[in-house]
Amino acid sequence: TFGQRLNALFANFRSVDEAFFDDVEEMLIEADVGYETAMKIADELRDEVKLRNVKKPEAVSQAIVEKLVDLYGQEGQAEDNQLHFAPQGELTVFLFVGVNGAGKTTSIGKFAHQLEKAGKKVLLAAGDTFRAGAIEQLQEWGRRDNVPVVASAAGSDPASVVYDAVKRAKEEQFDILLVDTAGRLQNNVNLMKELEKVKRIITREVPAAPQEVLLVLDATTGQNALVQAKQFKQTTDVTGIVLTKLDGSAKGGIVLAVRTELHLPVKMVGLGEQMNDLQLFDPNRFVYGLFKD
Amino acid sequence: MAFEGLTERLQGALSKLRRKGKITETDVNQAMREIRLALLEADVNFKVVKDFIKVVKERAIGAEVLDSLSPAQQIVKIVDEELTKMMGETAVPLNKSPHIPTIIMMVGLQGAGKTTTAGKLAKYLIQNEKARPLMIAADVYRPAAIEQLKTVGKQVDAQVFEMGTDVNPVEIVRQGLAQAALQKNDYVLIDTAGRLQIDEALMQELADINELAHPNEILLTVDAMTGQAAVDVAEGFNSRLDVTGVVLTKLDGDTRGGAALSIRAVTGKPIKFTGQGEKLDQLDIFYPDRMSSRILGMGDMLSLIEKA
Ligand SMILES: Nc1nc2c(ncn2[C@@H]2O[C@H](COP(=O)(O)OP(=O)(O)OP(=O)(O)O)[C@@H](O)[C@H]2O)c(=O)[nH]1
Ligand SMILES: Nc1nc2c(ncn2[C@@H]2O[C@H](COP(=O)(O)OP(=O)(O)OP(=O)(O)O)[C@@H](O)[C@H]2O)c(=O)[nH]1
Ligand SMILES: [Mg+2]
Ligand SMILES: [Mg+2]
Repeated sequence: TFGQRLNALFANFRSVDEAFFDDVEEMLIEADVGYETAMKIADELRDEVKLRNVKKPEAVSQAIVEKLVDLYGQEGQAEDNQLHFAPQGELTVFLFVGVNGAGKTTSIGKFAHQLEKAGKKVLLAAGDTFRAGAIEQLQEWGRRDNVPVVASAAGSDPASVVYDAVKRAKEEQFDILLVDTAGRLQNNVNLMKELEKVKRIITREVPAAPQEVLLVLDATTGQNALVQAKQFKQTTDVTGIVLTKLDGSAKGGIVLAVRTELHLPVKMVGLGEQMNDLQLFDPNRFVYGLFKD
Repeated sequence: MAFEGLTERLQGALSKLRRKGKITETDVNQAMREIRLALLEADVNFKVVKDFIKVVKERAIGAEVLDSLSPAQQIVKIVDEELTKMMGETAVPLNKSPHIPTIIMMVGLQGAGKTTTAGKLAKYLIQNEKARPLMIAADVYRPAAIEQLKTVGKQVDAQVFEMGTDVNPVEIVRQGLAQAALQKNDYVLIDTAGRLQIDEALMQELADINELAHPNEILLTVDAMTGQAAVDVAEGFNSRLDVTGVVLTKLDGDTRGGAALSIRAVTGKPIKFTGQGEKLDQLDIFYPDRMSSRILGMGDMLSLIEKA
């Protein structure tokens, strides 16, 4: 079990002393949870240990797991980390946003594959008309997934591509439309405004949409992810996070802070570049990952 | 802008010292705690931070500092000196081959900015040296990677060599280099696929290309927003390839950019360029001395030292 694996991890500590907690702090900082969150967690663990009066690390590890999963869940009691779809027979639209190179296009490619396999009628919108090769990249994913892609020429207005895609999705009764957007840094005011406009157009055409605005976050990102989440949430009302590149050496600990401060749950995780490398988020597994080597 | 947040925090810690007339060891410890926090919040790797603080502290509580007439000034100076040491002192130019072509290979994690930076470098070389670079499309994995490089090549007026996606990247590089020799291109830029430093098979592929091409410059491209993992990534690539330089991209964002400090500290390899935007002219030469004074807010810092 998860607890046993963590036990093994903590086995090299003989006693639960300050050095032990220092190490826990360091492990958390190394996982990018951030200094404050790390201190907060370590303090809560100290209290917990005192409360249960445990002396052996093996006993404390279970407390740690429970505490961390708790802490992750705590902020999210009112929210659910499910993906929301429109009722049967109506169009669902998911909008993917995020900084440059985070994994938006790839995540759409992987997700479309899952939906298509599940028997949904899926349409993709090539809303990144700016980056070199972005349209061709999404079209290649469309071919792999066997899913059509609405695109127009490079350099054209992204809002109008998205408008065309929504129109086609409605006319041809697609179940779900996944909208790709160009990467942009959150401090770029003009590009953030452009994104706002794209979202507005979707809502104008389909009042209940987008059902999800997914912020794609690269797990390798450090503390800046918090600023990203704040800004994108402000402009596009983000509903959840796709945490990508968790197959690498980074642990993505910053989403703990994103959850605590912004109440944004992780909904999916990216674990590679292939079609099947997208999964629903599992908090237990994530917490364990924070401590793996 | 990048680094600004770090600047603020460091200045805050140091200006508290300045306000004190006499400085005790407790004051130093307090300041070091704040500096530690500032660096960690900027994503400097925690091991790097630990070493940095240790050195600064040792020097700062050395008798000659605390007993000096202006201890605060001394400590600010120590922090500045150690930071500059950590960043490297002067700009390191691009390595050049004594005979053409100079071969530059771009490597790094997925999405770091390799392809874009290859285009920026081609443009830079064409503009500044009237160079005739050949770009080799050695990424056969990412969908439309070749299309992307060809579009970038068109934008900067550089030729792109490609063989589609069914040929082994090592073979593509071999034939690309042959073509460059034939055409007497003065620069060759190799765009490789993004990969994880823990991906054994793909790291071996890079090692093979390295073996074949003997690049004059292997540029590790790193996203400035990278967190604690920057160190593992840099060590991973460097141990397999003996990286010659680093490009720090996406510095047009508001990241505190601590990854820059970490990478330099653990690999000792110079940061040569920074990416300041998506457009192909948004590439800057990196001046470490300027950067460390920027991090410390040197304009303000000099006045701080004077007032101290
Ligand atoms: N290892 C790994 N690589 C990933 C993952 N998700 C995406 N990538 C890779 O990351 C790189 C960037 O992915 P994209 O999907 O192009 O990212 P994007 O956010 O659309 O980028 P822009 O449109 O340029 O802003 C590509 O090389 C992807 O193959 C993941 O979960 N794991
Ligand atoms: N804002 C900003 N974006 C950048 C910069 N450099 C690259 N980008 C963007 O980052 C994203 C990824 O850049 P690429 O050049 O495709 O990165 P790559 O390393 O070649 O990616 P893979 O080949 O998938 O590994 C694109 O959206 C680029 O436009 C920069 O300095 N600033
Ligand atoms: Mg994209
Ligand atoms: Mg590339």
